[in-house]
Amino acid sequence: MRSTKWTLAALLACGMAASPVTAQQAPSVPQARFVVVLDAAHGGDETGGRLANGQFEKTFTLALTTRLRSLLAARGIQVVTTRESDAAVEPEKRAEIANHAAAQACLSLHASESGSGVHLFVSSLPPVQQPARFPAWKTAQGVSVARSLKLAGVVNSALLQAGMSTTLARTTLPAIDSMTCPAVAVEIAPERSALHETTAELDNKDYQARVATALAAALVEWRTEARQP
Amino acid sequence: MIPRYQKILFGLLLAASVAMGATLWHLRQRAHERLIAGQDSAPTSAPDVAPAEQATLLVANDSNGAMLTQFLSLPLPADPGARARAVLGKLLDLYAAPDAAHPVPGGASSVTQVFLLPATELGAAAKPKLADSKTVVILSGESSATPPAALSQQTPQFGPQMAVVNLSGTFAASHPSGIETEMLTVLSICGTLHANLPRVTQVRFLVDGAQRATFAGHADLTRTYLAADAIPAEEIRP
Repeated sequence: MRSTKWTLAALLACGMAASPVTAQQAPSVPQARFVVVLDAAHGGDETGGRLANGQFEKTFTLALTTRLRSLLAARGIQVVTTRESDAAVEPEKRAEIANHAAAQACLSLHASESGSGVHLFVSSLPPVQQPARFPAWKTAQGVSVARSLKLAGVVNSALLQAGMSTTLARTTLPAIDSMTCPAVAVEIAPERSALHETTAELDNKDYQARVATALAAALVEWRTEARQP
Repeated sequence: MIPRYQKILFGLLLAASVAMGATLWHLRQRAHERLIAGQDSAPTSAPDVAPAEQATLLVANDSNGAMLTQFLSLPLPADPGARARAVLGKLLDLYAAPDAAHPVPGGASSVTQVFLLPATELGAAAKPKLADSKTVVILSGESSATPPAALSQQTPQFGPQMAVVNLSGTFAASHPSGIETEMLTVLSICGTLHANLPRVTQVRFLVDGAQRATFAGHADLTRTYLAADAIPAEEIRP
């Protein structure tokens, strides 16, 4: 009985002594919520392009989204997806999901057999300097174009570090143009050498893993930048 | 003994046969000559209905996502709408070639019509832009070919134009799928139109005479594109 009391006293003393240290290590300001929207393009009857192995673009993008979501969840990033299954989702609905999530980054994932490497696209809408209280639906991305360009730069750097070739361009995608978050469309094409020889097809598991890992690293980097004052 | 009247009849029939044979041979010769004459007049090359002029084509390349300027000598009609159609037809012929850097099946017949209308001012927020600086350079670069701005506003025949490009449904349906490839087609059409018809500042797309959302699920075809933005900045610097 006496030994139990001494043990409890010792534990309490240790706890009191340790608690100030724990308090010092804990962040004084709660970290802001960081949400990423992953938009797997196409779905349902809208199959997208047909890839070299006969797979539809909608299947590829859904698989990549699932893989990327797991990687992001493992890094403590909250992920919202526009579709979880082979379902048709209208572009307006995709933008609606992204806007409701109030995300810090939105990636629309696509795949194509044309071109080489990873193509990054930002909306071609002009940046809006003074955002309206109620932005027009079709041009809502205008308020975030500047941040979308920064996000594309971060994604581009991560892909280049992973040894992939990239192209950066502007585009007009209805889903992206209506999103208010920093949004980038990522189109994955087969990896080709300078002599236009295919070095990795889209169904190459290693290639898919490298792309997903690089995108996850880019979003982690984007979170770090977003949290900096 | 053959009666005399039969000899005369036989002679007449023989003479008639020879005459008919000669007539047939003559008619055959005339028909053959007419056929040869017709073959000679058949067009073996494109009719030069218009003098050959230098056309500027912005040709897309899928491998690097860029557009290269090509100068070709083409017989271009004087009518701006027909000229636009001829230039775009040549561009799509290049894309339909077997070794095209931006392969899109269809060719010249995919451009059904090109309508040129007076352009209306777009709201700033509605303009899909590629880069701010490019528009400035384009507009300043065409000052020698266009009348002063005040005159352009007063007289529609000198003002900016919108080109409405009507493409065939077959072309749209067979277009390869992808953001990059679809955007390159759109931008190369816009850039080629502006390079050859500097008054064309805006471009809209129709497919079989109706609005269509995209070629193959990506680039938005319902928007009005600013033609000047499609031209790479380095191509238009003086």
